[in-house]
Amino acid sequence: MNNNDNPPRHGDEMKILPPSIDSACCLPAQNEAQVSPPSLSQSFVIGSVSTPAGRLPQVSSQLRRHDYWGAVKARWGVGRMDYAIDPGLYALGNPDSNSPVLATANYKMSFDELRKSLPGKNLWILALDTKGINVWCAAGKGTFGTDELVSRIESSGLEKIVSHRSLILPQLAGPGVAAHMVKKLSGFGIRYGPIKAADIPAYMDAGFKATPEMRLKTFTLRERATLIPVELVEAFKPSLIILPLLFLIGGIGGPSGFWANALNHGSFAVLAFLAAVLGGAVIHPLLLPYLPGRAFSTKGLLIGMIIAFFLIYMRGYDFLIWPERIEALAWLLIVPAFTAYLAMNFTGCSTYTSLSGVNKEMRWALPLEVGTGVCGLVIWIASRLMA
Amino acid sequence: MNNMIYLRNVVTLKLNGEKCTGCGMCLEVCPHEVFKMNGKRIAVRNRDACMECGACSRNCPFEALSVQAGVGCAAAVINTMLGRKDAAASCCLNKAEASPCSNKEVTRNSAFWRPKT
Repeated sequence: MNNNDNPPRHGDEMKILPPSIDSACCLPAQNEAQVSPPSLSQSFVIGSVSTPAGRLPQVSSQLRRHDYWGAVKARWGVGRMDYAIDPGLYALGNPDSNSPVLATANYKMSFDELRKSLPGKNLWILALDTKGINVWCAAGKGTFGTDELVSRIESSGLEKIVSHRSLILPQLAGPGVAAHMVKKLSGFGIRYGPIKAADIPAYMDAGFKATPEMRLKTFTLRERATLIPVELVEAFKPSLIILPLLFLIGGIGGPSGFWANALNHGSFAVLAFLAAVLGGAVIHPLLLPYLPGRAFSTKGLLIGMIIAFFLIYMRGYDFLIWPERIEALAWLLIVPAFTAYLAMNFTGCSTYTSLSGVNKEMRWALPLEVGTGVCGLVIWIASRLMA
Repeated sequence: MNNMIYLRNVVTLKLNGEKCTGCGMCLEVCPHEVFKMNGKRIAVRNRDACMECGACSRNCPFEALSVQAGVGCAAAVINTMLGRKDAAASCCLNKAEASPCSNKEVTRNSAFWRPKT
């Protein structure tokens, strides 16, 4: 197989290239009947390689600034709904017919994570069409599944390109792929590689054997911290409506004018709400394993209580007056309720919660959170009317 | 990882020891060391660590394992309750490899607002 470092060529130019001599198969017409190979003009493609199944894009393990920037944007929720690459077969470095084949999702962050972990390696990467969703999510959904894998093996012409019949899958593809079925349907045997792409070189050097640590899904501080940006973005979306509302409700009642009240009480309400978001979307993920309780709502409730007490202390309520007593009580209900709700929603980001568990938690936590939050809001409005 | 255990005694994982041949596929795909090899067969080592991802049952060639596979994601359950189909998928995308979220599974399996009969 030849390596070609020239910039991507288009179909017309391909046809004037001399036909490959060693190839026993594959007229161009046959290839066109198949699903077309991944485009060579994608931003991260550095060249192309000629294979019996046509020209395939070549990529490097070296990520470029553009790739890193794309990942940063996706982490903040920008353009992440279509952060996808063309599905199909890619060459990392200069692979030949004996090189290993690694499968991954066509979510660009997954693809980049994989190639970044394989400096100096020559191998094939088969990107499945998971609609731009990562391996684990897609496996849970079934898009990174037996059917897609088998049909992608076929449409990519993999059996013409490699002489072996073995495929390395990320371990987290397990919920979607039945290895024994793939073997039966495609002839390709599946090896489950490690969970983390970074462990793949060690896994390959050990003769395709993963250590028990490589098979264990962690949820380290670093992994939890990377989820914070998008948690914040998601929490702030409803805030765009809630914050102005809180500010305006703060204006009603009281002896002073509407805007003076809004600036005083409304601003504090906005601050309290933001503190609750901070508790649920930042503090909870960071402290997750150290917080007491098993249910995420319990952990969030505790953070919310501490934040609420802190806010009440800072505000310096006069507990001799009823309206202020009641207002303090309102925050003691609203803040923990919202923090607990955000914490509960973090179950989907965690790596270890079961659906049965989440259902059990939600049965008590959701009514509690909604009930407490609504009660708190009513009490707060009442306290404003009393003042 | 001791604190990375969710609620106790809730998971639907079932092992039929009769059918197990000890091939070890479940040991390979399980991300939470739920199983151990016990002589020539598999045994459940840490049941509460199971997150019901379904990798073991899907990859068991002998159907010795069964689990009501689903995704433990409250946001997806809520979105499904509210009838937002695409919204649930969005909680999934952002997380690279961290999150197992998925709407379809939740729709199919969630018993939160529709109690099991």
